[in-house]
Amino acid sequence: MTTADVSAGRPRQWQRFSLPERIMRSAFYFVVVLAVIWSLRTIEIIPEFLYDAPQQTVDLFVRMWPIDWGWYPKVVHAALLETLHTATLGTILAVALAAPVALMVARNITRSIILNSVGRFILVATRSVHAMVWALFFVALFGPGALAGMLAIAVHSIGFTGKFLAEAIEEAKPGPIEALTAAGASPLAILIKGYWPQVKPAFLAIATFRWDINVRESAVLGLVGGGGLGMALDTALNNLYWDQVGLVLVVIFGIVIVAEIATAWIRSRII
Amino acid sequence: MSVSATATQPPAPGARKRERSLVINKLRKEYRAGQPVLRDVSLEIANLGLTAIIGPSGTGKSTLIRCINRLVEPTAGEILFRGQDIVRLSGPELRAMRRHIGMIFQEYNLVERLSVIENVLCGRLGYVPVWRAWLRRFPPADVERAFQLLDAVGLADFANQRADQLSGGQRQRVGIARALMQEPDLVLADEPTSSLDPKTSVEIMELIARRAAERNIPAIVNMHNVELARRFAERIVGMSKGSIVFDGPPDALKDTHLIEIYGGEGWLE
Repeated sequence: MTTADVSAGRPRQWQRFSLPERIMRSAFYFVVVLAVIWSLRTIEIIPEFLYDAPQQTVDLFVRMWPIDWGWYPKVVHAALLETLHTATLGTILAVALAAPVALMVARNITRSIILNSVGRFILVATRSVHAMVWALFFVALFGPGALAGMLAIAVHSIGFTGKFLAEAIEEAKPGPIEALTAAGASPLAILIKGYWPQVKPAFLAIATFRWDINVRESAVLGLVGGGGLGMALDTALNNLYWDQVGLVLVVIFGIVIVAEIATAWIRSRII
Repeated sequence: MSVSATATQPPAPGARKRERSLVINKLRKEYRAGQPVLRDVSLEIANLGLTAIIGPSGTGKSTLIRCINRLVEPTAGEILFRGQDIVRLSGPELRAMRRHIGMIFQEYNLVERLSVIENVLCGRLGYVPVWRAWLRRFPPADVERAFQLLDAVGLADFANQRADQLSGGQRQRVGIARALMQEPDLVLADEPTSSLDPKTSVEIMELIARRAAERNIPAIVNMHNVELARRFAERIVGMSKGSIVFDGPPDALKDTHLIEIYGGEGWLE
């Protein structure tokens, strides 16, 4: 057929998508445009507020300046340490809670679809609720403070940590496991000497990465009573002491950058 | 233990030798029901020295050898070793049996992020309590033996290097040391030289044959290479399509047998 086309001098045609595919793609773009218009109408932008937004922004910065550095030793330093402790303890607890769930989810360790699904449900359930919401929950249970913040961080991190840990376990090479099995090693010995050395780099990378995220999250948990820098920010905002708000924001910015640099350095040393 | 096994076996010269004989009776393996990979294979390894199993890829050599230590679950049949039917064992009993059977793999299967000496010590995992392995507190006698084995395979200077820094031949030497660390009564090797160059292959086969002879235990080695099999084996078992089609000393293996095992004849010059 093609040879006949060529000999007849008709150019051969090529199209990336068939006609039904092109109709589907056009319809998809149309739906996207509709969705954007619908969303804009729903959020009800009030033009008057939009017009003076630049002045308001400048005004805020002017009120923050000069930053009240004197407030740092009095309140913010202790709040900063509390934030770091919340993030660190929360991450350690999260890893401890996530490890058994990850073992339950990994299909090469737990050969039961029911247990895999139960583990997966725990991971999705903990992750889908935001740390702020967990914090509200634990503040209601234990009262405001760093304990509630730490537990919120820990529980919310189970999903992330457990999911990536389970994936790392599933990616472990089966060969060494087979060799240890053939040597008569017990399941626990295989876990410690076969899986752990293979999973360890991923484990440390996941834990430090999560700690980095948790420093950021725990810095604002105080807004809902979770202790740390957020608490100081809340106080300053309520008192309309903008120079103190500025100080807290600068400190949060600084600690996030330090955490970023620290984890990047640790990861480069492991891998 | 089994009447049929002792009946088919000539009276053994000593209890020690009898303990090391392996009897496989009507072993069948079907990965998919109705499609047997092993068709009721019966084989007796009462001899010391090296037994080579040759045959084309996909003929069930690997399945046969993996059924012996139950890395693959047999569908039917029995495997008698050390007075027990391996097919019937489970849990701690199966682990206790496995530690008497050393295994060497084509891809070495070392734990790459562990040091060479620790890989060798992994051969003791069937014996030592878990906490000792976890804390790296292996009994001093085991550590001494691991060093001796590294000396014996020529890797004494590599003890503290990570396994992933070694070449293929060196890794296989570690694999052999790990298998011997079990103080096995039988050594299984699944294509131990298929990933190695010809010179290293000969060295590795020499090492397996020599160490098995020193320990006075049989070795069963799967291999593709007929020349290597002739050179090192005292007995050759030829398999084709899940059955044994040749069983005899290397001298008895003629071209007609090879044609039966591998099919065709153009490759025989």
